[in-house]
Amino acid sequence: MTTEETSCEAPELSAEQLKEEMLKAYPSKTAKKRGKQMVVNDPDAIPEVGANSRTVPGLITQRGCTYAGCRGVVIGPIHDILHITHGPIGCGYYSWLTRRNMVKTVNEGDTNYLQYAMSTDMMEEQIVFGGEKKLKQAIQEAYDIFKPKAISIYATCPVGLIGDDVHAVAKEMKETLGINVFAFSCEGYRGVSQSAGHHIANNGVFKHIVGLDDTPQTHPYTINVLGEYNIGGDAWEIDTLLRKCGIHVVSTLSGDVNYEQIKNAHTAHLNTIMCHRSINYMAEMMEKKYGIPWIKVNFIGADQSAKSLRKIGAFFESKELQDRIEEVIAQEMAALKPVRDRVTARCKGKKAALFVGGSRAHHYQDLFKDIGMEVISAGYEFAHRDDYEGRSVLPNIKVDADSRNIEELTVEEDPQRFRSDFVEKKKRLESEGFTFSDYHGMMAEMKKNTLVIDDISHHEIEKLIKLWKPDIIGSGIKDKFVIEKMGIPCKQLHSYDYGGPYAVFTGAANFYEEVDRMLHTKVWSFVVPPWQKEGNGTEKPYYAPRKEKRDKENTAWKKTAEVPEEV
Amino acid sequence: MRKVAIYGKGGIGKSTTTQNTVAGLVEKGKKVMVVGCDPKADSTRLLLGGLAQRSVLDTLREEGEDVELSDIRAGGYCQSLCVESGGPEPGVGCAGRGIITSINMLEQLDAYKTESGDPLDYVFYDVLGDVVCGGFAMPIREGKAEEIYIVCSGEMMAMYAANNISKGILKFAQSGVVRLGGLICNSRKVDNEREMIEQFAKQLGTQMIHFVPRDNDVQRAEINRKTVIEWNPECKQADEYRALANAIDGNDMFVVPKPLQIEQLEKLLMDFGLMD
Repeated sequence: MTTEETSCEAPELSAEQLKEEMLKAYPSKTAKKRGKQMVVNDPDAIPEVGANSRTVPGLITQRGCTYAGCRGVVIGPIHDILHITHGPIGCGYYSWLTRRNMVKTVNEGDTNYLQYAMSTDMMEEQIVFGGEKKLKQAIQEAYDIFKPKAISIYATCPVGLIGDDVHAVAKEMKETLGINVFAFSCEGYRGVSQSAGHHIANNGVFKHIVGLDDTPQTHPYTINVLGEYNIGGDAWEIDTLLRKCGIHVVSTLSGDVNYEQIKNAHTAHLNTIMCHRSINYMAEMMEKKYGIPWIKVNFIGADQSAKSLRKIGAFFESKELQDRIEEVIAQEMAALKPVRDRVTARCKGKKAALFVGGSRAHHYQDLFKDIGMEVISAGYEFAHRDDYEGRSVLPNIKVDADSRNIEELTVEEDPQRFRSDFVEKKKRLESEGFTFSDYHGMMAEMKKNTLVIDDISHHEIEKLIKLWKPDIIGSGIKDKFVIEKMGIPCKQLHSYDYGGPYAVFTGAANFYEEVDRMLHTKVWSFVVPPWQKEGNGTEKPYYAPRKEKRDKENTAWKKTAEVPEEV
Repeated sequence: MRKVAIYGKGGIGKSTTTQNTVAGLVEKGKKVMVVGCDPKADSTRLLLGGLAQRSVLDTLREEGEDVELSDIRAGGYCQSLCVESGGPEPGVGCAGRGIITSINMLEQLDAYKTESGDPLDYVFYDVLGDVVCGGFAMPIREGKAEEIYIVCSGEMMAMYAANNISKGILKFAQSGVVRLGGLICNSRKVDNEREMIEQFAKQLGTQMIHFVPRDNDVQRAEINRKTVIEWNPECKQADEYRALANAIDGNDMFVVPKPLQIEQLEKLLMDFGLMD
């Protein structure tokens, strides 16, 4: 460990220098590949990011598998259908939803199966002789016990290898049981990350659920909120806010949503997208088949929430609705102001870094901006180039073999249900300057000379902490404790640790307070890491500057005798 | 105990050759076990006189873990011991994994002994087709089989398959004990067949251990559910199998094969096929 690395006073490196430092440890081929996935941002001339490419073996990645993306992220939160994982019991663990997708049942007698984990528990016999028989038995057994409205089946890796035809089984059981049964070929080995699973899930939900119930909407302003998974109750906050404004949510894909709502989703006037990466396929397919236009929204961060509400208001072209929206924004902003001001005063100028998801690394920048904090580096775990650079690069994205492996549905206009009136309206609004299908990506909103890092590795996170010293990192469970052992608070933005909701104005207040608490708790300075305790005491601490810094702050604190609530 | 595996292109006559050769060995008093590694479970029919026997995997499936060696192993011609690995129906499951399971089961049951507990002289693995996946390579991995004989003929596809199997052997020879013992030419009456296979064997770095001529007595014995030696010990073909058995018994040439490039293989076919 050199003194330069451990010193608190080390001169700040430029983004380019930091990148070089990170790449130094890699063999040349790896460095070349990683180099394309790390770019120094320039919002006026956005550089290309080598996103959605395979992780180099040996790097500790944050990524998950296709099964996790399909079962765990997109379809898993639908709470009144039964989810059965076809595979050995290890994968079955992930059949038990662990992502804090919150659910409230609406009516007496409504079901919520999210607490259950169902797996066919494949064993050697099924691998050798095929597992279709056991799968059928599992479906029958689950049906007999629960009598669900629908059953969804997920294929794990061995199922793909031995070639069990899960779709044929689903079809057969659909006829036998008289309920909707459908399957997903979401074997973990497909694609380069969980992103492939999102696409497969979108295809399946679109094919097997959306459009089954044509009951028309009576409400004048109806939307779907796509790509919102109700982690920590986010979707509820969004729903409450929209209701205050007079906007009706037909379905939220797929946070606290039930089967009936999804069946009816195609009757909404407008699709709004939160997580572009995981759900843009659905919006595109619904537009092609039913003519429903879509816009990108962001309900994370007060300023962005206001902007999103106004955009929805503008779409509906109703003075009354727009006035109501302005009224609500004014109320919410006023309620939020005291917290925002207080936290801003304490956190302004602090530095954050975000490495998470396919949209969260973008959206959460807005919350940090709200309280005057600066995002110095950010990157997604599994997003594609359009999520970084904006949808304008879509025609230039090279379709590689890994992407080709994922089914692309051929969708055509539905002759009966296609809304040509929506298409007319879209055309007219566009001519007036309103933009649809409009995701500009993360990088356009990041400052010049920030460092964008796709699929960050543990090694790179460590370098970032040592050399750029962020005050807080937003990330996931796989790196949370590595980061915290280095004395930096880490907020899990997949599951929110135990916190949330963080969406819209009410959630923003929670987030501001949480960040304030994490940044200013003294707990980090009390932590003596094992490498400082053991040995003869001559070892240098792995990373000490934060502790030194906090020791200083501690002394200051003792002098002023200001007692923080958190300790 | 010598551990032998017989590979070769599908339909080339592996099972027939294996059983007839084993008949030659047991006739000499050798203690031999044959393990059929084919989901069709038809590798021991001639030794057992057509007796249907329960395969390891079926037994495992029906009896659970409580399997006795006597449930899965049957005595055949001249105290030969016969086991069928078995496997799934065509088009389902994983036959390769089945073979792995089956061989592990045999090891657990300590099957590599005679019924009276004497050590075996030979175990023969009769393996389905080409080395298509990890499961079918099982007998040549981890020292399950130590010497391989490839059944082939002068037909092009049979030689292609033999060359491919040699690649598999090369792969596992580098990390283990498996060696190629030779090619068995099961004649299809191709022009210059003997010379071509001798040359092919030489180029692979091995030998043609025996040339088995084509003789309809083999089919006649098969219809009678017998090996040639059992059906008609006096016939000429019985002596051919005895000669093959003796050649294997006395073989000491075990090599790491040098698989041919496709161009070399095609040249060989051109040279010998167009000799006239």
